Amino acid sequence: MTVLDVRDLSVRFRMRGGREIAAVTEASFRLGPGECLALVGESGCGKSVLASALLGLLPGNARTEGSALLGDLDLLAADERTLARTVRGRRVGLVPQSPAAHLTPVRTVRSQLEETVRELTGVRGRVLRTAAEAAAERAAFPAGHLDRYPHQLSGGLAQRAATALALVGDAPLLLADEPTTGLDRDLVDRTVDELRRHADAGRALLMITHDLAAAQRIADRVAVMYAGRIVEVADATAFFGAPGPRHPYARGLLDALPERAFTPIPGMPPELGDLPEGCAFAARCPRAAAGCRAVPDLADGVACHHPHPAAEEASRA
Amino acid sequence: MLELRGITAGYDPRDPVVRDVYLTVADGEAVGLLGPSGCGKSTLARVAALLHRPTAGTVVIDGEPARGWRHRAPREQRTAFGVVFQQPRQSADPRLRLRDLIAEPLRASGRSRAEAAARVGELAAAVGLSEELLARRPHEVSDGQLQRACLARALVPRPRWLICDEMTAMLDASTTAALVAVVEDYRRESGAGLLVVGHDAALLDRWCDRTVRWSTLVPNKEDASPRKAT
Repeated sequence: MTVLDVRDLSVRFRMRGGREIAAVTEASFRLGPGECLALVGESGCGKSVLASALLGLLPGNARTEGSALLGDLDLLAADERTLARTVRGRRVGLVPQSPAAHLTPVRTVRSQLEETVRELTGVRGRVLRTAAEAAAERAAFPAGHLDRYPHQLSGGLAQRAATALALVGDAPLLLADEPTTGLDRDLVDRTVDELRRHADAGRALLMITHDLAAAQRIADRVAVMYAGRIVEVADATAFFGAPGPRHPYARGLLDALPERAFTPIPGMPPELGDLPEGCAFAARCPRAAAGCRAVPDLADGVACHHPHPAAEEASRA
Repeated sequence: MLELRGITAGYDPRDPVVRDVYLTVADGEAVGLLGPSGCGKSTLARVAALLHRPTAGTVVIDGEPARGWRHRAPREQRTAFGVVFQQPRQSADPRLRLRDLIAEPLRASGRSRAEAAARVGELAAAVGLSEELLARRPHEVSDGQLQRACLARALVPRPRWLICDEMTAMLDASTTAALVAVVEDYRRESGAGLLVVGHDAALLDRWCDRTVRWSTLVPNKEDASPRKAT
């Protein structure tokens, strides 16, 4: 069963002077209930644009191609009215990047939760209060803090308040956009474990992050994005353990971790407005050869002309 | 040697964030300061860089006590420090091109245009910024690229001491490793001491000569707990 089926999703921004930014190019992936897919990559690789596209929150100068099927609804083709009334909050819950900025600063958490519960479930009157408390409970937000304003909350609590809002509509798809940025390690672990719990309850979870440790902790599968393209999709256990990633870029990312080699990938990612011909990683790639002048297709989970061998090939060799 | 002696500091004199803390960084040493968010470690780092006046205690730089804070610190003490902050967007003047951003400390201390240009070129190469990127303003570059410029700005006056406050908290693994390598190259060449503040134990243990846990610095455990509930 599939909750979200993204096929050949491309996003282009038209800029002044006729320039075009290729933020996302031909991204495809599927996500089932109870499954967590972590979308990882360096900052500026197009991860967050992909999330905005799924919520219909792209700015006016953006053009999309391909499809993103949520059940039988194509999120890319749906009009604003449909998205506002039936999708956001109801079929897709968003756990935002900076929860403190996502919450309304002049209203208490309780008031925001009650409003969301009222709008999404139609609960009115006296039961509203208990319904809002139950919603807070589901995200492990302590009832004693409900009457606080966002600035009175720590990073971890603000994160839970935002998660509680995302869960109210009981959406089958949760979209978490860098939910752990700026949190310390303990809070990252706790936030990620809570998100995992919501996935285990049967939701599909798409987590966008540059934090590989968080991705390792939560994900069933990992999709690696580079310069707007998904260059590898792999099982998380194989990706973080043995035999490791197959794409040289993904290997480089893991080797940059302080727990591992702690060596950076040379150079910087290309500009999305000025992508090189052929494989965008070739200029930084230790395995680059003449064949890399052509863009590699995503085949068998990896888009590379010289991938590292997959598990079964490695054991055969 | 950089010594913090009995530092008490904060934003409300009745309720200081940091109480009576002692910390020493030897010449050429890299010390990591590890603590949870909200514990006061960034405040201590600001005190160490002479950017925040403590309510009690002294900062001793190479045997000489600090004689002022912020712009009132004597120039030779002030310019002994290079500081890199967590949020590059909030620590970069949005109007300056990266080239001018990096050169700012040299211009402020009256160095000539030619000397500044030469030093900026040197550092831009070290942190991996191209000529084309140097001509851009902060809103035209990514967080990682801007943090590279902020690191170059910190290194431009050749500081004796470097203070990195969560320099890599919002960066991806590869950019983190690249910036740490730049800092280490500079330290090898200059013999500068380093104080790194962060919450990532794996990073600090790998990077620094020794890592100090915040809980071991503060005399009373209750004082160390962040005041906002989690």
